[in-house]
Amino acid sequence: MIGADGIPYSPWPAFVVAAPLVAACAMIVWRRGSAAFGVLCSLLVSGLVLALAHQVFLLGPQHMEIGGWKAPLGIQLRADGPAVGMLCITALVGVFASLYAAAYFAPGAAGGAPHGDASFFWPLWMILWAALNALFLSADIFNLYVALEIVGLSSVTLVALSHDKDAVPAALRYLLVSLLGSLSYLMGVALLYGAAGTLGVSSLAGALTPAPFAYAALSLMTAGLVMKSALFPLHFWLPPAHANAPAPVSALLSALVVEASFYVLLRLWFEVFGGILPAGAALLPGLLGAAAIFWGSVQALTARRLKLLIAYSTVAQMGYLFLVFPLGTEPGAAGVAWNAALYFIVAHACAKAAVFLAAGNVLRAFGHDRIRELRGAVQHLPVSMFAFGIAGVSLVGLPPSGGFIAKWLFLSAALRGERWGFVAVILLGGFLATAYIFRFFSHAFRYVPEGPRCGSVPRSMEWSALALALFSIVLGLTATPVLDWMQTGLAVMEPPEGGCLP
Amino acid sequence: MLYSLAGVVLFTLGLYGVVVVPHPLRKVLAFNVAGTGVFLFLTSMAHRVRAPFPDPVPHAMVLTGIVVAVSATALALLLICRLHELSTRSPVNPDDRR
Repeated sequence: MIGADGIPYSPWPAFVVAAPLVAACAMIVWRRGSAAFGVLCSLLVSGLVLALAHQVFLLGPQHMEIGGWKAPLGIQLRADGPAVGMLCITALVGVFASLYAAAYFAPGAAGGAPHGDASFFWPLWMILWAALNALFLSADIFNLYVALEIVGLSSVTLVALSHDKDAVPAALRYLLVSLLGSLSYLMGVALLYGAAGTLGVSSLAGALTPAPFAYAALSLMTAGLVMKSALFPLHFWLPPAHANAPAPVSALLSALVVEASFYVLLRLWFEVFGGILPAGAALLPGLLGAAAIFWGSVQALTARRLKLLIAYSTVAQMGYLFLVFPLGTEPGAAGVAWNAALYFIVAHACAKAAVFLAAGNVLRAFGHDRIRELRGAVQHLPVSMFAFGIAGVSLVGLPPSGGFIAKWLFLSAALRGERWGFVAVILLGGFLATAYIFRFFSHAFRYVPEGPRCGSVPRSMEWSALALALFSIVLGLTATPVLDWMQTGLAVMEPPEGGCLP
Repeated sequence: MLYSLAGVVLFTLGLYGVVVVPHPLRKVLAFNVAGTGVFLFLTSMAHRVRAPFPDPVPHAMVLTGIVVAVSATALALLLICRLHELSTRSPVNPDDRR
């Protein structure tokens, strides 16, 4: 069956969204034995994602109208290369975070303070997963709002699961920022609907004219999404929320949730507003991104706690992503910049999840994560420290990691557009990342003759961190096929004449 | 037109409140004011189409938006309650907080 725009019709996108939702409902009804069931469900959802990916790979982009309802009232899903790439990385991080969480939330786990309640973690994580999948697949801007809101609410609740005393104020602040962001986005949706009378991402692109309504919508939606993806001056909520959440939650939030709102912003700027962007508008997010790289790195250098260091590193790494806006609007560099941003998201998700999981192991073993007191960590947790090291290589951007490929693509986009300032920022950001990663290593790799005093960490928690770290290296070795495949059905790669992406 | 303007004014007032007012409960109230502004604006969009009956799409959006706003408010109130509990009772035993 062929849809209205000639894209084949397929039910798989709906399964990918519905499966975790059904799983979440089942978990709420049956609270017992949820760890094994949770891992099983995560494997099942990943299997569905792989099936959809296989279809997109074979048949090209897929399109679906849920329940057969047509466009403005019906819900439209669209699976193209970038969307499926995001689904796959979510599934990859999700499976290993689930394996980790099964041990992390196990009743009576030895060592460390009592952590959040497993019977709440699993359904919330499945709801978050369903919302993320819906976000990546949505083909209209109002569904994006709904998905954004569910992502926000479930992430806030996951942060509040932690029994850390700083987690509740952090969660409340995160909730207010998230609500403000999505409300601002919704106002943008209202303005766009008023201006164009349509909600579909693809139909809006042609219907927009450079009018005040469209510019107001652009700035409101950008402001809202920038707030949610923690770009430099609006990042204040991220470090406390991500640093105080339970370890698997920190990994999921830092690796997937902030990137998800960036992904929406990326698609909006290049696909909806691509034709009407005023000259120079893209410079502002780029400059803020550059500021974020420096500010986040400096804060990471001075952070006292390991998880806070990693959270500030997320602020810095998100800065790189925002460089795509000035670089992508340069003539001839759009394709490279898009590739760079997509690859950066994927590589950062793997590496950051691995680092947060490894930090969770340190926290579990030592009972605290004050960097100065973590001497001898490598004697006690060799596997976790190895994972931290490998993922650190990707965060810094050394070959042969996925982070290296992404930074290399950013650099070549900057060189192609002759934006020397951004070239300098990208290179300096790498040095700063090296500095903050090695600051931790200088303590963790110090030899303590009598051995550090700390508890034991379940083996599956160590190995899932290592597996994700290894994937961040694998991404560096398989860049070309992955990138080719993520471009499936992406209009930006063959931009039309006359737009701002010639 | 009047309704859309009123919506924009409410939205701006609410945003101002969320950013400026320090108390979390008032922030939640301000968020609801801003939300109402957006919904009013959306509803007024239904009339812009020159047709004998109003456009149903904004109504569908407002209904969804209200559901989202109610659940968000519930979560925010719950967190504020938890915060209040934490600040009045010293957390000696972190296990009996729920």
